[in-house]
Amino acid sequence: MASDGQFKVIGSRPLRPDGVDKVTGRAVYGNDTQMSGMLYGVVLRSPHGHARIRSIDTSRAKALPGVRAVVTGADLPQLGDVIEELGEGGSANMRYASNNVLAGDKALYDGHAVAAVAAVDLGTAEDAATLIEVDYEVLPAVRTVQEAMADGAPILHPELRTDGLGEQATSETNVAAHFRHQLGDIEQGFAEADVVIEREFDTATVHQGYIEPHASTAQWNADGMLTVWTSTQGAFAARGQLASILDKPVAEITVVPTEIGGGFGGKIPVYVEPVAAILSHEAGNKPVKVCMSRTDVIKATGPTSGSHIKVKMGATKDGRITAAEVSMAYEAGGYPGSPVPSGSLVILAPYKIPHVTLDGYDVLVNKPKASPYRAPGGTNAAFASETVVDELARAVDMCPLEFRLLNAVEEGDRQVNGLPHGRVGLKETLETAIDHPHFATPLEGANQGRGVAAGYWMNWGGKSSASAHVNGDGSVNLMEGSTDIGGTRASIAMQLAETLEIPYEQINTRVADTGAVGYTDLTGGSRTTAVTGMAVHELGVVLKEEMTRRAADLMEVDVSEVSYRDGVFSHNGTSMPFNEVAQKADAAGEPIVGTASVAPPEWGAAFGVHIVDIEVDPDTGKVDILRYTALQNVGKAIHPSYVEGQIQGGVAQGIGWALNEEYIYSEDGQLLNASLLDYRMPTALDLPMIETVLVEVPWPDHPYGVRGCGETPIVPPAGALAAALHDALGIRPTELPMSPGKVLELQNGAA
Amino acid sequence: MSKKTVVNTTINGEPKAFLCEPRQTVLEVLRDTLELTGAKEGCGNGNCGACNIILDGVLVNSCLVLAVELEGRDVLTIEGVADTWPGEGLHPIQDKYLEHAALQCGICTPGFIVSSKALLDENPNPSEHEIRLWLAGNLCRCTGYDKIVRAVQDSADVLSA
Repeated sequence: MASDGQFKVIGSRPLRPDGVDKVTGRAVYGNDTQMSGMLYGVVLRSPHGHARIRSIDTSRAKALPGVRAVVTGADLPQLGDVIEELGEGGSANMRYASNNVLAGDKALYDGHAVAAVAAVDLGTAEDAATLIEVDYEVLPAVRTVQEAMADGAPILHPELRTDGLGEQATSETNVAAHFRHQLGDIEQGFAEADVVIEREFDTATVHQGYIEPHASTAQWNADGMLTVWTSTQGAFAARGQLASILDKPVAEITVVPTEIGGGFGGKIPVYVEPVAAILSHEAGNKPVKVCMSRTDVIKATGPTSGSHIKVKMGATKDGRITAAEVSMAYEAGGYPGSPVPSGSLVILAPYKIPHVTLDGYDVLVNKPKASPYRAPGGTNAAFASETVVDELARAVDMCPLEFRLLNAVEEGDRQVNGLPHGRVGLKETLETAIDHPHFATPLEGANQGRGVAAGYWMNWGGKSSASAHVNGDGSVNLMEGSTDIGGTRASIAMQLAETLEIPYEQINTRVADTGAVGYTDLTGGSRTTAVTGMAVHELGVVLKEEMTRRAADLMEVDVSEVSYRDGVFSHNGTSMPFNEVAQKADAAGEPIVGTASVAPPEWGAAFGVHIVDIEVDPDTGKVDILRYTALQNVGKAIHPSYVEGQIQGGVAQGIGWALNEEYIYSEDGQLLNASLLDYRMPTALDLPMIETVLVEVPWPDHPYGVRGCGETPIVPPAGALAAALHDALGIRPTELPMSPGKVLELQNGAA
Repeated sequence: MSKKTVVNTTINGEPKAFLCEPRQTVLEVLRDTLELTGAKEGCGNGNCGACNIILDGVLVNSCLVLAVELEGRDVLTIEGVADTWPGEGLHPIQDKYLEHAALQCGICTPGFIVSSKALLDENPNPSEHEIRLWLAGNLCRCTGYDKIVRAVQDSADVLSA
């Protein structure tokens, strides 16, 4: 920060360091890795939604010329229960994770990996995979939480017992976990209400939809050292999972993150990484590349949970919410671990509600193991609660934004888990929305409607490290461990430049591998710009101290007599710019290096408020979006273009989830739409320009006030669109997606 | 393994000969044989546009064209786009994508830039709707398209100035 208290770099919009490589096709992504002698791996997947694997015969595949290795789940170490923390409140039992990357005795979803081949070229590997003979005993599949929780439902894991409310159940079940949050006295809360609204919601399974399929290359050397080049959200997270699944010390594993073509949470779990590793080991220590097809990606990675949610809320006639009773059942997929815990912290987050009972259920179904997806579990949760809030506001005849403002949480208000909110800035965001011209502009046509919704994400702190070297010309080489999915090299370098009071262009930023930088948690939880930003701020302080000491040596005075302002060291009228100190110090003494690491105990959450105008085609039920405004408290926008981009991208994904996207399964559990034609994500033609309003209520514990901004924007769109459909047609959608057919059905029912 | 065929073609202005199997796509040959990995495989069946190239002046999905069909043809890939611009440095479309922060992860960007060039070659002054319609064959999951559309609008202004 400059001596006048103004930012010089933060808030500007410089070009990203990796930009030229990415617009010229030179950037190296997961599938772009090439090595001499490299083999190609192919994974054979279950065609059944649920089946017992009686036996696997790989002999014919192994005999095919050009095949170098064939592996199955039996080639992975057989693990006990090992819990690996994946961040953002998520964790995974590595026994299940191991069975997910190569099936154990059961295939639990259509697309579940059961064996893999490495061969001299892709065609040979594909041919060999067809020669593997798997003897399946096909079992009936369960596709929704209702089916899975019904009496007599087919059981995925016969040994599993519900972990619920402090007790271990005794009977077979598909409910892996049941938890409850309680505040106040729910009966008293509803007794105080003048209006009570109760609704049930069903939401479809959806995929993260990153455009780059998973791709990894592994080299398992003869000395046991393993290097994996992979497209991952976190090199250290991938290393940890590899260590657990392969039962191998982290000291023997290096993960090199390639450029990553989108993740949205779906590239936190490992899938092909351990498979490539054991293929490399079995193939005589040759490098092996394994890339998924799009069909593999849709069938076997992601998705996020479909859900069944019940919300009952009461309010007084003057508009105060008194009580909320919520039940949330989320699909975990084939193994335990849906995002119902994080969804439970989103569903009521914007509102002061004295009396709450919330039950959450983690439910096994024959679908891919759910993985995080941008504000995991938040969008479907907020669709349910924001729809009920919209109805409550109308029932008490209040403007839906004023109703939300009246009930908005502030610092110190309790969340459903009993913990207090920090400084959240929701009221400021709602007030900005109320004053925004969009909200005051009248709608002009038939079948048009406007909806609003609020949304929340708690974000994540985690740990970050960074190190740097000041070159002799004053430029700074920065090494950080956060994979860059959307311009974070720039936003991180900007914070170091601001701290050092030197131009952004003087920082050379590298995303380092797990052997070249301190431990850094994954890019997720909207943490990278915020928390790796804190690490480089500390790093900047360390470097400034060292540079001040060097300047004092050069000036031959005590360090306490040297000051640093606006990029210049001074003592009594003698001044020496940063670059001159760097040059002279480099020539005279030891190199100037620094490291810093952080693990903040608290971090800033983010609230957003969205306003959407739609027009519905009355003949087809298709929803066209006429105007979209997303307002969000971002704390402080380091690089406003990338903050806007996060919000616009989140809105687009939320719109896809709300209007089009869904996994469609046959009765026996086969996925019927595993292509980007049939799994319909928004195109440029489906969306308008998306206006963003950056509200800046700083997070007090961050040196520059930053809050994570990436996840919150996917939370409100479905609720806002449902409210807009009510405004346009008088219908109350309770299912996602609100696809044209469903809109028509509701419209015909309402007529 | 099938018998390989020799194909003589022109890629980014340079004559090129390569061997390929009849089943191989242009995308596979570009990436694995010719080491031009700028075109990306997002879906392999023509739904995402990440592999787009310009073939004899026409925008195509390189995953849907067989490599043997390149005989005697002229191919422009993302690696050649900057060289089609007579000025220094990048093509103005590439500059505008950077200036507008029209990429986040960047995996779809080569396809978008190639598609944008094909659009502006054909229609130097497209409306917002024409841009959105043309680019509807390219999927981006990061940006919501707002900044991409603005980058193309701005490119059109620069190129027609």
